[in-house]
Amino acid sequence: MSVQTQYPTASVPPRAETQVRAGGPGVKMVARDVKVYYGAKQALKGIDLDIQENRVMALIGPSGCGKSTFLRCLNRMNDTIENCRVEGLIALDGEDVYGRTIDAVQLRARVGMVFQKPNPFPKSIYDNIAYGPRIHGIATHRDEMDEIVQTSLERAGLWNEVKDRLREPGTGLSGGQQQRLCIARAIAVSPEVILMDEPCSALDPIATAHIEELIDELRENYTIVIVTHNMQQAARVSQKTAFFHLGEMVECDDTEEIFTNPRDERTQGYITGRYG
Amino acid sequence: MQIMALLLVLALLTVIGFQLGRSRATASVGGRTVELHSVPSYHGFYVALWAGLPALLLFALWTASEGWMVMQMVLAGLPGRLTHVDGQALSLLRADILNLAHGVNTGRVPDPAVAAAAEQYVRLRSLGDWSLLVIGSCLAMGGLLFARGRITPDLRARNRVERTVNVALVVCSLVAILTTIGIVLSLLFEAMRFFAAVSPIDFLFGTHWSPQMAMRADQVGSSGSFGAIPLFAGTLLITAIAMAVAVPVGLMSAIFMSEYANPTLRTWLKPILEVLAGIPTVVYGFFAALTMAPFVRGLGQAVGLDVSSESALAAGIVMGVMIIPFVSSLSDDVINAVPQSLRDGSYGLGATKSETIRLVVLPAALPGIVAAVMLAVSRAIGETMIVTMAAGLTANLTANPLEAVTTVTTQIATLLVGDQEFDSPKTLSAFGLGLVLFLVTLTLNMVALRVVQKYREKYD
Ligand SMILES: Nc1ncnc2c1ncn2[C@@H]1O[C@H](COP(=O)(O)OP(=O)(O)OP(=O)(O)O)[C@@H](O)[C@H]1O
Ligand SMILES: [Mg+2]
Repeated sequence: MSVQTQYPTASVPPRAETQVRAGGPGVKMVARDVKVYYGAKQALKGIDLDIQENRVMALIGPSGCGKSTFLRCLNRMNDTIENCRVEGLIALDGEDVYGRTIDAVQLRARVGMVFQKPNPFPKSIYDNIAYGPRIHGIATHRDEMDEIVQTSLERAGLWNEVKDRLREPGTGLSGGQQQRLCIARAIAVSPEVILMDEPCSALDPIATAHIEELIDELRENYTIVIVTHNMQQAARVSQKTAFFHLGEMVECDDTEEIFTNPRDERTQGYITGRYG
Repeated sequence: MQIMALLLVLALLTVIGFQLGRSRATASVGGRTVELHSVPSYHGFYVALWAGLPALLLFALWTASEGWMVMQMVLAGLPGRLTHVDGQALSLLRADILNLAHGVNTGRVPDPAVAAAAEQYVRLRSLGDWSLLVIGSCLAMGGLLFARGRITPDLRARNRVERTVNVALVVCSLVAILTTIGIVLSLLFEAMRFFAAVSPIDFLFGTHWSPQMAMRADQVGSSGSFGAIPLFAGTLLITAIAMAVAVPVGLMSAIFMSEYANPTLRTWLKPILEVLAGIPTVVYGFFAALTMAPFVRGLGQAVGLDVSSESALAAGIVMGVMIIPFVSSLSDDVINAVPQSLRDGSYGLGATKSETIRLVVLPAALPGIVAAVMLAVSRAIGETMIVTMAAGLTANLTANPLEAVTTVTTQIATLLVGDQEFDSPKTLSAFGLGLVLFLVTLTLNMVALRVVQKYREKYD
């Protein structure tokens, strides 16, 4: 089948329909032979990965190995990059995300994203959370919206700190609070998958612990993929870990396996800190 | 001639001073420059400043006062019958001497005493210039030697140079501030003279503008009436029309350029739009008067409206076109300054491009956009030429854009064009208008500043 994409920059070659069914029960997202090019430069060299439902998957690997690039493929954020080209198959619930039945905007409502640097909108805390529900028409009444805002903030563990200042700008919060605000903002549109790109890299240990706890709780309702440079963090929060190296996915296994008994010596080298 | 020579000498001495200071400092520690308090080039600047600054100050004072002092000396030498006269005759005498001295032919045969005075004036001036050259050069040389002698490894040359630079910066900003104050004061004084003749109440709230005055008591003519409301209403009307054109078009093109156009298109489009700002306003005036006004008139006639041949609409539209680049270029810059991370955050929540622009990018860029619009408004209010050529000089009090109106700046221009006597209310009213216009734009700018501060959001 030929695929018509909304954006000319990201194109997917034709492929057999059956491939889309790859994966299995309990698999939320599937990546098959994903290759990404920035202009002429290849950043990912054929990634195969299954992402389990209601699990936390950690992506680790040295800087520049393509973790963020892969993460951004999962909700087509790469479409916004001028010269970026994606090949291969990525499916959500068996549905090709670059296919005809789903467009990037719908996809991103189902696959939310939290960025490395907290990026609250220059609006009030309330409006930051209400932004997504509003554009998707999720809440019709004021009361419903209030409820969404409150539950999202509670889930993100921020409610008690901000409940008296919902009208104040989100940019006035501390870095850790801002990041939790961004997580709450992502939760508010009830995505199925949440992608997090080094969500704690700008935070102190206490705020980090806060967010790690939060990730563990969120796992009940969401599927989470997290990029991290912190091995302890990967070990603490994830059930599955994938190790990336120079644009390849070297190995992916249960987190315990990866950290206690890695099969590939590059993985071993990285987690024991011999290089990175 | 001597002045050029002095400036050359000064330039030379500062350059030499810099070299000397630097090498002396290096030599004073035997080449181990780390032992110096300041790096050698600061010692160089230190000596250069000593060589250049005192002489420059002397030069400035001298040239400011020399003409006056020489004139006093010359006048003192003149016989009493010439100098013991009233102020006006005295300034006439000064002018005569200066004219003779500069060889301007006034067509009159000069009084021999005045001719002699003029010769003396020329002699004294040239003597003064020579002594300035000599004294200035000596001062520069002395400063150079003095500063060079003070160079030791411990000399805090950096601190001193920086303090001097600091003072220079303060002086420069003072110049700008003082100039502004001077302009405002002169405006104020002339306006006071006007308000002595015409009551401010009549001026501010009168609805009839017709500044023609009878020149002589027996002349038939209007007595002049100075109600400024029609002028300000005209300004408001034309500005509103111009903004109604410029803001939507400018903002939309800014959004297109920054969000939708690919980079190559953008690099072409932006300079082309900015060309609009480079067209002289007189050319816009042609266009408004010869193309736009007949066009608007024809269009009006086609739908059965009565449009005067000089209409506020034509002038306003052309002015709007002229202002488009102000809005578009500045807005484009501020929209581009909105961090990509905010857009990513919005896309990541499943927002479309247009939602992202409307709900995230534009609000974040709002302070800058408001500033751009305010700048455009000031520009529109100040614009004179287009209105003069296309909207006429009739002071109509009307809100109908199809009629001819006039604006404050246009009236100021016409009041002061040609030979005028600066004591009739007609001429002085220009200063009254100028003062009120100044206050209006000042208020506008302050309001804009407040708006910008209020809505300024920090994005980290
Ligand atoms: N917008 C872009 N344009 C061109 N090249 C890019 C772009 N973004 C990333 N790359 C390149 O793609 C490769 C993978 O980058 P990516 O950001 O995915 O690495 P990463 O694993 O997330 O690294 P880090 O741990 O430092 O965040 C790098 O070599 C990078 O230089
Ligand atoms: Mg990264």
